[in-house]
Amino acid sequence: MSDAPILEVRNVSRSYRKGGFFSGTFFKAVDDVSFVLPAKPQVFSIVGESGSGKTTLARMVLRLVEPSAGDIRLMGRPLTGKEGRIDNLEFRRLVQPIFQNPFEAFSAYLPIEDYLRRTALNLKVAKSVEEADRLADRALRSVNLSLERIRGKYIRQFSGGELQRISVARALIPQPKLIVADEPVSMVDASLRMSIVNLFRTIVEEQGVSFIYITHDLSTAYYLSDQVAIMNRGRVVESGVPTDILDHPSEAYTRELMAAIPTVGERWSELDAIDRAYPSQSSRQKTGSIQPPANA
Amino acid sequence: MISIDNVTVGYGTAGFITAVDQVSLTIGDNEIIGIAGESGSGKSTLMRAVYGDFSTGLGIKSGTIKGRFTDAATGQVIEKPSSQFRDLWWDQISYIPQGSMSVLNPLMKIEQQVIDGLPKRERGGGRKALRQRIATFLAGFGLEENVLDAYPHQLSGGMRQRVLVAIAAFVNPRLILADEPTTALDVVVQKKILLMMVEIQRRLQNTLVLVSHDLGVHYQITDRLVIMYKGRIVEAGRTADIFANPQHDYTRNLIASLPRLHGKRAVDRVGAGA
Repeated sequence: MSDAPILEVRNVSRSYRKGGFFSGTFFKAVDDVSFVLPAKPQVFSIVGESGSGKTTLARMVLRLVEPSAGDIRLMGRPLTGKEGRIDNLEFRRLVQPIFQNPFEAFSAYLPIEDYLRRTALNLKVAKSVEEADRLADRALRSVNLSLERIRGKYIRQFSGGELQRISVARALIPQPKLIVADEPVSMVDASLRMSIVNLFRTIVEEQGVSFIYITHDLSTAYYLSDQVAIMNRGRVVESGVPTDILDHPSEAYTRELMAAIPTVGERWSELDAIDRAYPSQSSRQKTGSIQPPANA
Repeated sequence: MISIDNVTVGYGTAGFITAVDQVSLTIGDNEIIGIAGESGSGKSTLMRAVYGDFSTGLGIKSGTIKGRFTDAATGQVIEKPSSQFRDLWWDQISYIPQGSMSVLNPLMKIEQQVIDGLPKRERGGGRKALRQRIATFLAGFGLEENVLDAYPHQLSGGMRQRVLVAIAAFVNPRLILADEPTTALDVVVQKKILLMMVEIQRRLQNTLVLVSHDLGVHYQITDRLVIMYKGRIVEAGRTADIFANPQHDYTRNLIASLPRLHGKRAVDRVGAGA
């Protein structure tokens, strides 16, 4: 295996036209972004608010959107441009997406096992139905499910957390080098969120798959990733090892993002100002009472 | 004060499916009360039962909910059959439903949507004066007057959410029910909206019930907290007490599983040698 980085993103920009065809102006959704994922499997997080350009960046890496400028290389080979570009089938075996809403990612009219089987056959990683089922089962087992458990079921028969694990399994079927996960846990319950995040880490370590983890949640990015890049208005404002960045944020924007997280243990200082504005309320009188649960 | 006494609530679609099982809870005047729990734990159903919208197959099988409405003149509690709730919704109770970014009518300008929900007492004084009052109120939410002339798709998710919170507060209700009001938003916008909701509650001295699965949100803004699991209340009390000393295993797990800045990391868990 070569030592070429898994992914190199060099000075990539993407503009969209805003307004009319002749009178319109260009809006830069992604503005001159560069980063490198080294050959060693790891999690690279891209953190930013809505409109920061993180999803556009992810879509360029997934080759769903062509960059307006710059160049993206996968294991040393160009993803963009016309010369020597990786062909589509090979690309889809190497790079797989996981999306935010698993209920929209799968067909509602197909048993989920069929969907997984078709993924294996379409990507030509399996030559027969039996082989496809074997691959699907292996992928499902790595997310603590099995083909037996999902057989004959449709998406509405799963919980959001289960279905998101199935979409992780779907992405693992071709044994990709890179998974691009766009807000994969923001629709999942808080109590299940960490189990999926931990699952990503296990996949990195055991299967040697790298992840690009796109999120607005700094705390899971901090927990999960080897490197983190903070995006604001199309630009990467700060990047590096999460412990360095969050212990010594050098950008005001990073500090603002950190301060907005509803952390347990650190009360927002703005709440004290509200208490001061309504002093009669600051004692936080408790008029209600809660009975212990019946039949507890 | 609203007393929920041993209610069992469910849906009568295919047989009776119980979603809330023998729950008792008193919602006090002038407090922010949080309801936490995972999907399917019954928190939204409990909220809808308090609101009293039984048009969607929702039904109360047993138990009572009392004290929702008071007489405007005397302040005395009045009980009415649920078929007569309609006039009192958006007068004494306002409700911000889940997924509320998509509840605005896409074919109606914001101004009309605000006015549509208003009770009679708020409508007097002519259209122009009303518009002016609404615009002034929206300004307090960081929304400019031209928002009133916009259709929902012309606003960002955060703006739509602020419009809904503003509509809910404008009628000066006794009770605001908010079901996951910030879940789809990113943290910076979420913080702005939550602070706004706290400010409104402290100013109006009414009651805010906040449903969220994010315990961090509850830690920040609620006075009291109720933890639901499989249709039941497993733990309830002052928010600070629950975080300091959680009693139920489920609560302990929820709190322990919260990701923290500066805390333990997955990288440490697996180890560098793996």
